[in-house]
Amino acid sequence: MAIFNSINQLVTKAQNEQKSIADIMIEQEVEVSGYTALDVMNDMLANLNIMENAASEGIGGVVSTTGLTGMDALKMQKYIESGKGLSGDLNLYAIAYAVSTNEVNAAMGQICATPTAGSAGVVPGVLFAMKQRNPDLTREEMVKFLFTAGAFGLVVANNASISGAAGGCQAEVGSASAMAAAALVEMNGGTPEMCAHAFAIALKNMLGLVCDPVAGLVEVPCVKRNAAGASNALTAADMALAGIESRIPADEVVEAMYKIGLTMPSSLRETGRGGLAATPTGERLKQELFGS
Amino acid sequence: MKYKSVFDIIGPVMVGPSSSHTAGSVRIGLTARHLFGELPDKVDIYLYGSFKDTYKGHATDVALVGGILGYNTDDSRIINALDHAKEQGVTINIIEMMEERSHPNTALLHLFKGDDELMVEGISIGGGKIQLVSINDYPINISGNYHALLVFHVDEFGTIADVTAILKDQKVNIGNMNVSRKEVGQIALMTIELDGSIEKSTVDRINNTKGVKRIIELHGD
Repeated sequence: MAIFNSINQLVTKAQNEQKSIADIMIEQEVEVSGYTALDVMNDMLANLNIMENAASEGIGGVVSTTGLTGMDALKMQKYIESGKGLSGDLNLYAIAYAVSTNEVNAAMGQICATPTAGSAGVVPGVLFAMKQRNPDLTREEMVKFLFTAGAFGLVVANNASISGAAGGCQAEVGSASAMAAAALVEMNGGTPEMCAHAFAIALKNMLGLVCDPVAGLVEVPCVKRNAAGASNALTAADMALAGIESRIPADEVVEAMYKIGLTMPSSLRETGRGGLAATPTGERLKQELFGS
Repeated sequence: MKYKSVFDIIGPVMVGPSSSHTAGSVRIGLTARHLFGELPDKVDIYLYGSFKDTYKGHATDVALVGGILGYNTDDSRIINALDHAKEQGVTINIIEMMEERSHPNTALLHLFKGDDELMVEGISIGGGKIQLVSINDYPINISGNYHALLVFHVDEFGTIADVTAILKDQKVNIGNMNVSRKEVGQIALMTIELDGSIEKSTVDRINNTKGVKRIIELHGD
């Protein structure tokens, strides 16, 4: 079996074989790992359960050891309950669950990297917001959502990067947002081609995003960028489901992201030396936490 | 392709805060520990690039030490790894290196126990995935995902054929193989990634092959 290494190959394969992208990912995983489909589904279910814990734990209120982040998922939850939210509940819950997951991560709690720890809130954020809206969503449908997201993530990881140190935040939250957008489209009845458009639109909107964590910590601005990644995924998915197409094909967007990462100065690639990390407040927080 | 499994993307389950700087570091430490084969009494940890700049924030040092103690990426004991090392009598020295390595997330671990020592250099390439890039200054390229044999041998004709012939005898398939050396005719390193595990008797046979000086077995994930 030929392993897909581009989004074009992935979409073409899904169209030709009349299968979902999730099913193609499962088949390939069985082929590569030598385990059965049931095994790989169960492994993904275990990851889903970890994600679910992290998405709800932060809503109960957690604080990181530095005190820089925490308690914001709880604020979102209370705001949702007040009924005063500007955007719809789907978006508000996606923000709450994304923030919750990354607050738990910052507090050295247990999370599932999707595709990285710093961007672990985006995919679960939109997934559990969908579950909130549609309680009938089955575990199998949720597991398949993760396989769809993973298929797109594999292409990014092999053709560009999913590391902030190598490619900036566009490679982490950007990749996660694009993966989530594609999975949202498949879950909501879109075609494989529409998934690719959602992926492309979401990633295009995140191009150039730098990795500039204050004091080098996966806290500021990472937690809030996960909320932005989740909302961006919903925006891109809605656009693709409306029939809007990306002018630039998904694979070319991935290549653009890779090249932008290569030209990004190292001060903006997870070194904590540029961007928000180098602002007066960023420097002061670092000084307070670690001294000189 | 660097990433083959969907679980490289949706995973690993880990203790935060960073997949590359925390989870990847645990894996580098754990793989070094497996290669060394026992708990060291001293480890010098050299950090480069982004690892050097941000290790305090990402708990990279804590994570490397957790791996050296044998903890995996999702082990909640990691957060206390520095204290645990002290309790177990392991001296840890963190050395910040100014020079640039080819990858921004590079750590070099120098492990000591009595007269035994081993240098392992690893890079964290994103999402918790790692590659080992040198052992005792010999360039290598292994992921730690597969069962591997590292055979230090005299750089002379026939040794490679003798070793691979033993694997052929045992019907073990080689997935990836690499030979590196520092100087012609001196000690060379054969790195063999295998598609399955092998019996101890096979390892012993390779160890007794003419020209073989030392063999290290690495058990994959």
